[in-house]
Amino acid sequence: MKEEIRLMKGNEVVAEAAVRAGCDGFFGYPITPQTEIMETLMELKPWETTGMVVLQAESEVASINMLYGGAAAGKRVMTSSSSPGISLMCEGISYLASAELPCVIVDVMRGGPGLGTIQPSQSDYFQVVKGGGHGDYKLIVLAPASVQEMYDFVETAFELAFKYRTPVVILSDGLIGQMMERVTLREAKPRMTDAYIAEHYGDWALTGRKDGRRRNIVTSVRLDPHVMEGVNDRLQEKYRRIERDEVRYETFMTDDCDYLFVAYGSSARICRKAVDMARSEGIKVGLLRPITLFPFPSEAIASIASHCKGAMSVEMSAGQMVEDVRLAVNDRIPVRHFGRMGGAVHSPEEVFGAFKEMLINQKR
Amino acid sequence: MTTNNNEEILVYAKPSLMTDNTMHYCPGCSHGVVHKLVAETIADMELTDKAVGVSPVGCSVLAYDYIDIDWAEAAHGRAPAVATALKRLSPEKLVFTYQGDGDLAAIGTAETIHACNRGENITIIFINNAIYGMTGGQMAPTTLLGMKTATCPEGRDPHLHGFPFKIADMVALLPGVRYVTRQSVHTPAAVRKAKKAITKAFTNSMQGGGTSFVEIVATCNSGWKMSPVAANKWMEEHMFPEYPLGDVKDI
Repeated sequence: MKEEIRLMKGNEVVAEAAVRAGCDGFFGYPITPQTEIMETLMELKPWETTGMVVLQAESEVASINMLYGGAAAGKRVMTSSSSPGISLMCEGISYLASAELPCVIVDVMRGGPGLGTIQPSQSDYFQVVKGGGHGDYKLIVLAPASVQEMYDFVETAFELAFKYRTPVVILSDGLIGQMMERVTLREAKPRMTDAYIAEHYGDWALTGRKDGRRRNIVTSVRLDPHVMEGVNDRLQEKYRRIERDEVRYETFMTDDCDYLFVAYGSSARICRKAVDMARSEGIKVGLLRPITLFPFPSEAIASIASHCKGAMSVEMSAGQMVEDVRLAVNDRIPVRHFGRMGGAVHSPEEVFGAFKEMLINQKR
Repeated sequence: MTTNNNEEILVYAKPSLMTDNTMHYCPGCSHGVVHKLVAETIADMELTDKAVGVSPVGCSVLAYDYIDIDWAEAAHGRAPAVATALKRLSPEKLVFTYQGDGDLAAIGTAETIHACNRGENITIIFINNAIYGMTGGQMAPTTLLGMKTATCPEGRDPHLHGFPFKIADMVALLPGVRYVTRQSVHTPAAVRKAKKAITKAFTNSMQGGGTSFVEIVATCNSGWKMSPVAANKWMEEHMFPEYPLGDVKDI
């Protein structure tokens, strides 16, 4: 598969990216608005070309546990779902984090709570970034804002997953998943060979106990609290390394800004337009777009906020990421939240109007 | 007294794949015997470097401490899903799950039935002792009618708790399933038969052609609050009529 430029849906490129990233197995369950990912894989039939396994599971619960099995064998495995399906996966995600297994999970968010709606939303921030499952774990969370990033982040996610032996989530939304854009599909990487897995991951992957090596055990149970505390210490140390080395973000017109928007994914695109609207009225607004939600770009936000009079977190939710923005600026400037909920998408005009209402017109 | 200076003939030894770890199972529990059979069979079939076990949540959660092969410990009930991916991504491996009745026939019913229905080339070893052992003797899906447990202290009442779940009979109906058998390990003869069944199941799993399901009707003398001997007798009298031994399906 050579490099090519195509016009594709965000969901479709995830399928292309999986095959071209050398993914070994995809396990999923249909749920709108992300079902095109598995449908596209079934059309691509990668089992005939790269040997990649694609399997429709009986539930999201089964899918995530199939990831546990595949990852335990040292393979590149992924799944995709949307918000209610991710809720079902949270138990398995906690196990994957505890067993330190690499895998990629795509969440194309829709409005909730409950069965909610199939329209785009960003209300899974707490669930995906703060936990969702039980226990002290973190996931690396990448937030694409374009179809190209939907493609690029699959390969990035696999690299990070194996670098840190941890699940990585691509946190997208129904808008990015369903829209079509120009995308560059890069030349395919080969799948890992068994010899490569044995050489690089042979100290933990279930490759079969050969003479001379101890048996490998993939587990999340350690009944002795001292042992379990040691596992937690190791996980926390890993999360601190990730916070130190893997923060990614993008800024737009922040050098001279008096006010700061913080927004990810679809909301970041909408905010760029709102920044333009503000600038055309002479109000110096800038935008910081977190690309990683964990690790969160707290220092970058604090640094920009040091020359700002106020900040606004814009998310299609009741205000989830805003808590992290407030922690980042540590009350030095007022931080507001604006966002539509339940599948409604805010317009740039609404964002700009809310900004003026909350940070310009309102007397402090 | 006669002496024999000829070499001693070794007629029995600890299986080479059993570790020296102290077992946490209660004296009289069937798990130890079934573990031994699994370990022996893998060694006999020379599959040590190909075997991957999937342990459940329940008493056998720590099975990986005792059998010296690669293991994954699954979330409660999800072992067949974990095994599905292990086998699909490494078809040359011997992949088996080892699950109790709560894990396999309550919380994991969907994963059990769908793995079987897809005809995954795995072996499912199912320990049915009609009770939750690890959590201290609660009702299982396979608990007999009238049988007392911590959560049905008056005895299982079908109006309140439904009926004993014969899941082996259910999975035998599925075209993806190649072999279903019910065995026990309470006598030397039964142990030999159970080993044959496990050998057949593992052979199937290496050949392909569908799922193999080996139910071991077992005792939990602690949970049943009986001596090991009394538990074996009670199993013969009460468990076997409900869960009759023998092959249910073999194609």
